[in-house]
Amino acid sequence: MNELPQQLVNGLLLGSMYGLVAVGYTMVYGIVQLINFAHGEIFMTGGFGALTVWLILPGGTSMWVALPVMIIGAVIVATTIAVGAERFAYRPLRGGPRLAPLITAIGLSLALQYAVWVWYPEAKSARTFPQIPGGPIELGPITIQTGDVFLLIAAPICMAVLAFFVMRTRVGRGMQATAQDPDTAKLMGVNTDRIIVIAFALGAAMAAVGAVAYGLKYGVVDYKMGFLLGLKAFTAAVLGGIGNIYGAMIGGVVLGIAETMATAYVSHIPGMEQLGGQSWADVWAFVLLIVVLLARPQGLLGERVADRA
Amino acid sequence: MTALLEVEDLRVAYGKIEAVKGISFSVNAGEVVTLIGTNGAGKTTTLRTLSGLLKPVGGQIKFEGKSLRKIPAHKIVSLGLAHSPEGRHIFPRMTIEENLLLGAFLRKDTAGIAKDVQRAYDLFPILGERRKQAAGTLSGGEQQMLAMGRALMSQPKLLMLDEPSMGLSPIMMQKIMATIAELKAQGTTILLVEQNAQAALALADQGHVMEIGKVVLSGTGQNLLHDESVRKAYLGED
Repeated sequence: MNELPQQLVNGLLLGSMYGLVAVGYTMVYGIVQLINFAHGEIFMTGGFGALTVWLILPGGTSMWVALPVMIIGAVIVATTIAVGAERFAYRPLRGGPRLAPLITAIGLSLALQYAVWVWYPEAKSARTFPQIPGGPIELGPITIQTGDVFLLIAAPICMAVLAFFVMRTRVGRGMQATAQDPDTAKLMGVNTDRIIVIAFALGAAMAAVGAVAYGLKYGVVDYKMGFLLGLKAFTAAVLGGIGNIYGAMIGGVVLGIAETMATAYVSHIPGMEQLGGQSWADVWAFVLLIVVLLARPQGLLGERVADRA
Repeated sequence: MTALLEVEDLRVAYGKIEAVKGISFSVNAGEVVTLIGTNGAGKTTTLRTLSGLLKPVGGQIKFEGKSLRKIPAHKIVSLGLAHSPEGRHIFPRMTIEENLLLGAFLRKDTAGIAKDVQRAYDLFPILGERRKQAAGTLSGGEQQMLAMGRALMSQPKLLMLDEPSMGLSPIMMQKIMATIAELKAQGTTILLVEQNAQAALALADQGHVMEIGKVVLSGTGQNLLHDESVRKAYLGED
């Protein structure tokens, strides 16, 4: 039995979820050189936003009707929190020592986790997320779970829309200019404060879609779901070359595939029987990161920092 | 007639250190005015304050009679004040054409923008030949041309050039200075900061000599060029 195509598809699906979250890290880093460690929690609040919408909707609402509204709810909650964090937590610290916003991000990350833990009803353990009805889809040797169909459709659309926005629109060009040289961007008439807000909001919106995908894929959302996933997505962003949007997408997919492959095949290698399986997936993900960074410190698509004028 | 730009008792500080200690000068429409002086005299600080990147601690800046003190940098360019910064600061990972288009970031007249891009290529043919090339791959002189072309893309009423000849070969320096002369002949109003005092004064209608944050001497370009103390201090003559 050849299960390789199936494993590749599994990796691709997992990786596109990483990618959806990774672009948020990379955009914010590219523009303000801040690693927004609260981004994983912004992803998590998106999941709870979607769940809240589901709980408010009358019982028995079709998932096909509910899902679009849930996505909107997730995006609204996540972007509101991200924009609020930028405005009230990060902006006052801009221009100060670099460590201050970083520590603030870690604090915000914990604060968001425990805010949900304390105040969201019954969030002390994982909460069940509604599922798309119907069975898995069979495509020859490949089976796609119903929950993954959303990811399969939503991830490429989101990535394409984001790439178009950044590369082709006026605001997107202002964003690139701000990333390359913020003072000079101002001289061109770019409102860099607004660009920073837009970067936070866009990253949060992408993460919110990722969170809906997470809920559909795993069937639950919980207050600490952003921690490990955020760490993985951050790894994907660094792997691809932090600051580069395509890098984050590719880094996510590479990481997802590598993790899936390692889980499935490492245990077949003689002498490494103990090192396969799901419990080692995270280890292999970070081994990959270390190997790539040793060979290419700037990441797969990153540019050497010295290239910055 | 009031001046296009009026600077009065301008003071700028980095923390407690005053870099510009109360300078005054004005620029009339159609004039080329130059600020000369050694490193650390406060010339670049002055330009960065005029374009809003730094906030003054005192004094007045009036552009067409309107105070610029409370206006953020990204809005000042729309009033007609363009700044080609020291060190050129082109966007290295964008193409030449994209750099020029960013100069027109606030403009909406697509046809006019296309015309002005062509005008920049006419002024600097090398930029036209390499329009799709990443700007970071250009030589220093070419980057300077791009920075000037980009500043012109906002159709400024006042063009501020900070050290356009810095780090360039003598031939490239001549080329840049000849272009500034050409822009002057076309009627562009220019505020020029230069360490190459000889070339700057030869072009300028008015000149101001700055020393550690103050204007120590002012006059027409020709007068300063022939002034004994200026010749000694800045033109390398004994």
